[in-house]
Parts: sequence; structure tokens; C-alpha cells
Amino acid sequence: MKFSTSNELILYCRNNNLTLNAFSLSEEIINTGRSYGYIRDYLKNVIKVMQNAVLSSQDMTQPSRRGKIIGNDSRKIHDRLGSHNTVCGETIAKAAAYALSTMELNASMGKVVASPTAGSCGVMPAVLMTTKERFALDEETLISGLLAANLVGSLVAKNATISGAEGGCQAEVGTASAMASAAVVHMLGGTPEMVFNAAAMCFKNLLGLVCDPIAGLVESPCAKRNAMGAANALLCAEMSLAGIESIIPFDEVVEAMYRVGRALPPSLRETSMGGLATTKTGVQIQTDLFK
Amino acid sequence: MKNYNLFDIIGPVMIGPSSSHTAGACRIGYTAQNIIKLPVNQVEFVLYGSFAKTYKGHGTDIALLGGFLGLKQDDERLVDAFKIAEARGLKYQFICSDDEAPHPNTVKIIAHTNRLETWEIIGISIGGGKMIINAINGIDVQFSGDYNTLVTHHKDNSGMLAKISTCLSEHRINIAFMKLFREEKGKIAIGIIETDEMIEEVVLNELTRLDGMINVNLIEKIYD
Repeated sequence: MKFSTSNELILYCRNNNLTLNAFSLSEEIINTGRSYGYIRDYLKNVIKVMQNAVLSSQDMTQPSRRGKIIGNDSRKIHDRLGSHNTVCGETIAKAAAYALSTMELNASMGKVVASPTAGSCGVMPAVLMTTKERFALDEETLISGLLAANLVGSLVAKNATISGAEGGCQAEVGTASAMASAAVVHMLGGTPEMVFNAAAMCFKNLLGLVCDPIAGLVESPCAKRNAMGAANALLCAEMSLAGIESIIPFDEVVEAMYRVGRALPPSLRETSMGGLATTKTGVQIQTDLFK
Repeated sequence: MKNYNLFDIIGPVMIGPSSSHTAGACRIGYTAQNIIKLPVNQVEFVLYGSFAKTYKGHGTDIALLGGFLGLKQDDERLVDAFKIAEARGLKYQFICSDDEAPHPNTVKIIAHTNRLETWEIIGISIGGGKMIINAINGIDVQFSGDYNTLVTHHKDNSGMLAKISTCLSEHRINIAFMKLFREEKGKIAIGIIETDEMIEEVVLNELTRLDGMINVNLIEKIYD
């Protein structure tokens, strides 16, 4: 990534008449030394793996997908979706079911895309596949969404962190949520400014979120936080596409996210020495698992 | 690590649940068997730090063994690693150690080959599915597997490196990084040569025939 700020990036794209996805693709060709065709094939496979992950929990021919702590929650939302009586409406309920499905698959050693991390792997597929179904988007559009999301993730990785150990959950689920929201806005025709406004709002809503996994496993509270990250992505995309701007610009929000992350005590950064991990029940689960 | 690319941000495609404890572990196992090349009868994985504490919850054992059986981090057969090992007659063991380690996610792989050699390879999983091989048979080395990597065992004579680099340049192979290690003056040296280009069979054969060369192993770049 040759730019350090979204401002420079947006300006460059505008001056050179480039879409975000075209710029992202050309950057990665230079960056990785891989061909246009290789990168497209890679992203097609990413979409395939994501599609399979969001649906995996519905496959009744498969044994139930259980991790060491979580399992089978995705199916519960799907059952409720069938009743057409959801609180959140079909889109959010489906996104939550998809995020949980992917996290359950991950916990049971299934195949996922760490986007940007395994702990936040449920957000992007949930948001992309829900949006794809709602607007009947084709593969080409999904690829362009992934490429736009890549720009957001790259800037965060460059200027802050995408690791829970360094920045807490806001850095993992927060980044995933920002990437997913960016993808939606881009796929639905939003301007580059709108794309980064959506990403900025996602971070703002999750600022300070700690990483406190029970028993050190990528399961609880991670799975449900992925469902929340997906809902947040859709919400911020909605706001941005309606023309709502982030009061604090994206680049400054990322800086703030990093500062907040560094200010979190180590006990709340993936060490399982604080937060939910050290509650009575959290400790009990850990003791039972590793006795 | 600030130089992320698409394959890090939207990837890796991997078997869960943890990029450091599962995908990175798999990659260490995979790279180790790629270094040894010979069939192995028995392997011990000595786990340190966080690997020792949480390996069962993250499937680190399954990932290490699966990688060692030649499966990549996104191969769905990984979950069957124990079964595959048994079918191939590979004996395996996991040992937790309280000893100090260079990194929280460290593993020492001790492999006994069918030619009765013993290999000792130390790997660390540094996050995001990336790893570093830290030592081979007691000699400190450092390489990531992000490049096509040549591991040479050769006599510690003057001019060996020149011969190797001449051979590579004749085949238009650009050396990205090169490191040299030795146990003792005048005995055996290990070269770690990371290259941008793929290294063809003919180049390997030429390198193997160099005077003073004992062994050349190519560890192909596994993933992006």
C-alpha cells in the first residue's frame, strides 16, 4: 500500500479516474508480484469458502458443528427466521446467523477465511453473503467489494493494528466490521468518501471493545461479537449510503483506535486474564476444559 | 509486521480456529517435513509456552502433525491427521515443556528418519498464520518460508558461497536474502538462501554437484 491515509488514496483515485477496486487490484499486483488472474482466482476461492461457511450450519447431513464451548446457535436463528417474526428483520437476523455459522465452523476446525483474523472471520462472510442475497449481486461485484475492503484493512494494519493481543477486539472485530461495511457501500455504488465514512463509523461504534476470550479459545464471546460486528457493518453502511458522514474522519478514527488499544491493560488484550475470561463462569469453563 | 498484503488482510484461507495456534503450527510442521524430505518413522513435538498450555483447545497438535504429514493450512483433511499418521505408520508424541522458549508459541520437532538420522527443528508461530524456523539441528537459522528457500549443508571452505551464488545467477535467480551459519570452523556450514524466483530441478542438480556440497534442500514458498 503506497498511501498512509485514506485522504491521499481517495485523491489519487479521483485524479487518475480509478475505482477503489481497480486501485486495490493494481496495488496488490505490484505488492505481491502475482498476476491479475491469480488474484482474481484467489478472491473467487475466498468467496466460495465464505459462501460455504455461512451455510455450513444448515447442512443437516453434517454432524453438529461444535467447538469446545460454542455450537449450534446459528441453526437457532435460522429456525426463527422461518417464523417470519424476527425482532431485527430478515437482513440482520440472517447476518447474525451467518456470522455464528462461520464462527462455529472455525471453532470445529472447518475452513474459513481469516479476514482480517480467524477471531473475526465471521463478519465479512455474513455481511457479504447477506447483501449478495438481498440485492442479487454477482461474483464480479463481490470481488470488487473484497478489493475495496482490502484497502480499509491495509490502512488499519499499516497505521494501527489488526491483532487482538495488541489492540483488543476493536482491532479484530472492529476492523472486520469496517472492512465489511466498506465493501457494502462500495458494492451498492457509494462514493469512495462514503466507503471510508462507513468504515470510520464502524470503528467509532466499537471503540474500546476488549479481547477477553474464555479459556483463551476463539469461541466465546468471539462468536456473538462477530454477529454484532456484522450488524454494525450493515447499520453503518445504511447511514453512510443515506449521506450521513462520520464527524471524525477515517484516518483520525484509526489513530484513536490504536491509541485506545495501546491504553488497554494487557489483561484485556487476548491474555484471558481479565474481562469475561475471569468471571466465575468463565474460570469454571476453563477449569473443566483443561483439567 | 506492517507490510501486509491482500493475502494477509483477506486471508489466509485456513482451517480454524486460530491463525497463530492452528494455521501457523501447520505451517511449521509442513516446513519441517519439507526440510527433512526423508520418510520419518517417529516424531516428537515438544511444545512450549502458550502452545503447551492451550494446544488441545486450538487443535495445535492436529495442525502440527497434519502439516508434518504434508497437508497445507487450508486442507480439510487436517482434522484427520491422527488417522492419517496411523495409516502411514508414523509414530507421534506431544510433550509439554516448562522450559524457557524464544517465543510464546514455540515448538521443537524431533524427527527420526528411516535412515536412523535424527533431526531437530525449532519453529515459532508469530501470528497471522506466519512462522519462522529458528533452528535446524542446533544451528540457529531464521527464515519465514515466505520465499523459495534453499537450505544448503556444505563444507565450511572458502569460496563455497561464491560457487552457490554464481550458479544461481547463471540461471537468473535473484537472491532476496542470504545467511550463513556454522557449528565450528572448517566443519559443516548451513546456508539459508531466500530467492524471488522458483528454483528448477536442473539448478538443484547443479548445486548438489558443487564441490564441497553435502546436501541441498529446496523449501518452496508455500502460501502467499
